[in-house]
Amino acid sequence: MAAERLEDFLRRHEAKELLRFITCGSVDDGKSTLIGRLLHDTQQILEDQLVAVTSDSRKWGTTGDAVDLALLVDGLQAEREQGITIDVAYRYFDTAARKYIIADCPGHEQYTRNMATGASTADLAVILVDAARGVQVQTRRHACIVSLLGIRHVIVAVNKMDLVGYDQQVFERIRAECLEVQGIRGVDARIVPVSALKGDNVVSRGDGMPWYTGPSIIEVLDTIDVSHDQQLADLRLPVQYVSRPDASFRGFAGTVAAGEIAVGDPVLAVPSRRLSRVREIVTFDGSLPRAGSAQAITVTLEDEIDISRGDLLVHPDRAPTVGRILDAHLIWMSDSPLLPGKQYEFKLSHRYVRGTVESIHHRIDVNDQSQHAATELRLNEVGLCRIVLTEQVAFDTYASCRATGAFIVVDRLNHATAGAGMILRSGAPEGAHHDVSVFWQPTRVTHEQRANQKAQHPCILWFTGLSGAGKSTVANAVEQALFLRGHHSYLLDGDNIRHGLNRDLDFSDAGRVENIRRIGEVAKLFLDAGLIVLTAFISPFRSDRRLVRDLVGDGEFVEVFVSTPIEECERRDPKGLYAKAREGAIRNFTGISSPYEAPEAAEIEIDSSRLSVAECVDRVIRYLEANGRLRN
Amino acid sequence: MTQLRRLEAEGIDIIREVAAEFDNPVMLYSIGKDSSVLLHLARKAFYPGPLPFPLLHIDTTWKFREMIEFRDRMARELGFELIVHTNQEGLAAGVSPLTHGSKYTDIMKTEALKAALSAHRYDAAFGGARRDEEKSRAKERVFSFRDAQHRWDPKNQRPELWNIYNGRIHQGESIRVFPLSNWTELDVWLYIHVEQIPVVPLYFARPRPVIERDGMLIMVDDDRLQLRPGERVSEESVRFRSLGCYPLSGALRSQAATLTEVIEEMLVTRTSERQTRAIDFDQAAAMEKRKREGYF
Repeated sequence: MAAERLEDFLRRHEAKELLRFITCGSVDDGKSTLIGRLLHDTQQILEDQLVAVTSDSRKWGTTGDAVDLALLVDGLQAEREQGITIDVAYRYFDTAARKYIIADCPGHEQYTRNMATGASTADLAVILVDAARGVQVQTRRHACIVSLLGIRHVIVAVNKMDLVGYDQQVFERIRAECLEVQGIRGVDARIVPVSALKGDNVVSRGDGMPWYTGPSIIEVLDTIDVSHDQQLADLRLPVQYVSRPDASFRGFAGTVAAGEIAVGDPVLAVPSRRLSRVREIVTFDGSLPRAGSAQAITVTLEDEIDISRGDLLVHPDRAPTVGRILDAHLIWMSDSPLLPGKQYEFKLSHRYVRGTVESIHHRIDVNDQSQHAATELRLNEVGLCRIVLTEQVAFDTYASCRATGAFIVVDRLNHATAGAGMILRSGAPEGAHHDVSVFWQPTRVTHEQRANQKAQHPCILWFTGLSGAGKSTVANAVEQALFLRGHHSYLLDGDNIRHGLNRDLDFSDAGRVENIRRIGEVAKLFLDAGLIVLTAFISPFRSDRRLVRDLVGDGEFVEVFVSTPIEECERRDPKGLYAKAREGAIRNFTGISSPYEAPEAAEIEIDSSRLSVAECVDRVIRYLEANGRLRN
Repeated sequence: MTQLRRLEAEGIDIIREVAAEFDNPVMLYSIGKDSSVLLHLARKAFYPGPLPFPLLHIDTTWKFREMIEFRDRMARELGFELIVHTNQEGLAAGVSPLTHGSKYTDIMKTEALKAALSAHRYDAAFGGARRDEEKSRAKERVFSFRDAQHRWDPKNQRPELWNIYNGRIHQGESIRVFPLSNWTELDVWLYIHVEQIPVVPLYFARPRPVIERDGMLIMVDDDRLQLRPGERVSEESVRFRSLGCYPLSGALRSQAATLTEVIEEMLVTRTSERQTRAIDFDQAAAMEKRKREGYF
């Protein structure tokens, strides 16, 4: 090889694309043989390895005198002895076109978690089907897991065609069956007839099946386009490491998960919601004007803002969802079952956050994708779950971005990786403004829980302020904080009451007064029941608030003035109401066409344009503590 | 991104994750080519800052002299903190690769490593191992859990999904971390070539004094290597494909004196690199057994 030819070769090898795929199938399907065949026929097997396998074949092989290619890939002693593949094993090979990483996964139901592990990083799945047996339960299971993990390309290798006499009709029947399987149907699926043992249609065509004119497996692998699989085009840069080698340098290091970042771009850190601009993109190999997906970089910002590991840097207009409640598919990986209500750690985007699975919407049978009611998830079971975290996190749906839509569940006692989750959607109520915090639905605190908690002096926290001031947000967050501390509470929200109890009232001044009166009465009843009551209504008139205060007695009534200025409320305009009011489409709109009478002596005042939600919550809680409302 | 840059970015990501998540990480430095790549990635990960962890070399006292010179030169030039640990008891007891067979590796490498990790209370240790090296490594995680006795339980590994690594451990437990998991030998050499990373000159063919013993070419690096009857030192052009203790590292007859020549020779070679390491041949599944006991 001349030096230039070598340089040329190296350049080409360096520039190859990387494709990661999993192989799923049981030991009987000939999966290890298929991988052995791929490695062997692409000249990856070195002489000493072949010699070792030839000697192993005599000891453990199942192919008589022929070299058992499966032994090239069955690694651990326990596996060899049992003749099965227990754990995910990674294999490497390359062709002139691409470099490949194979995650070789076990196929039995008790190894669903291992398959999920392999599938989590794969672009493509090779699902094996035994030509003599056709589509089996396990085929459906593999397709289910593959689709759950978001793999968009599938090759079905209909293997052992040699055992059915290379019969085209057998293949066509299985092909039609496969295309009806959920998870194969609906993705980019190629069905290929192969004999891994004899080598047909794996790398070379062989001469067993002249009737098949489609591509061999390696031809599909070499040419398939996976470059459009990442759906999200918006910037997601998870801050992984804060670099502060000296006082003059403060860099935020991470790997770009989606989109692109350029010098001068405005960036928002979520969930902390701090805004700045990119000053420099620093790398060992020099500064870059821009960086894209999968690049490991360090950025410095124009402003000295407090960003920590676990924040996401995003474009201010293209922010992800921020909240504490999410619905996600969970694959359970631990021997001890997932129990709703038990606290776990969730790791997502480089952060550990504590939380619970509040409820299991349903369990999914991976064999037929049917849904079942469930109160727990056992090892290898899959379910759609409602997860409630103790802190806000920024996330995307798994379908739009794997990196910011996936998480693991860690057992707090033994630290095992107990589960893996793929976020389906935010658990926030419909219509909730996406960048405002998302909290518990109050009714989710059950009657039993309330009855068991009495360590408090009940009171009414009456939040008042303009539309968009943040009353509901803060009230919700306070209730969350109270609940987490074991207190008894109930939140009366303006919109909810208007939907039911006060459905007959309009927004005239008279309607508003009656609205507040009824709410005052309800709050009083709940107070009698021993609850800390939180209300979040604009309640613009002093006289109305006085009325409620008089109703329940001075000591029980805590007025919380959310004093966010109208300019800020109108800028936020979460429901588009200010815009409509300015256009005249809404009459009697507080602050625009109807007055707001600020409290003269509110017990607590908070301005959500200057305080974070957490700071607001802190202020309220400290007031309650100082006034003996919360006992331990 | 090209595959090599993807591997590089993945390695940097893993190294940063460890630095952020653990209190007291350490990077195992074996002075070989994989270690050189690992060190290079770590420098990239924290640029413009220094490495936020030290490098640890387990010195059996039987390493090639050129390796030790290279190690000390790198520490000087790149300015990293280097910790060298030797099993002094083993040394005093005269444990030697020439007389103690596989016990030698246990005592001077595995036991020494475990003692050093425990003494310094490291909670994470980087290694340069790659999954393509050997079959039992193919199933090793990137974050590989070790119990308080530094044992690996291949049947009970933590599932590892996406690039979300579970670094949670109890006191005394630790995580071995393998940022080069997905690299192949060719990738390593290619990266060294592209990035111009310095490596120990032993990788390049030179005339060196060797003997033939048990089917291997052993370099006579000092006078501790006693000749057996019939053995004769000859000067041959050899290089090493993988470096360790000199009496256990088999040399290859080769004329490949430059990096491109080494790569070229590797491309046409039909044996895997670990074949030149003696420890693999001791017994079937030797590597898996060693790893369970705490070897890297």
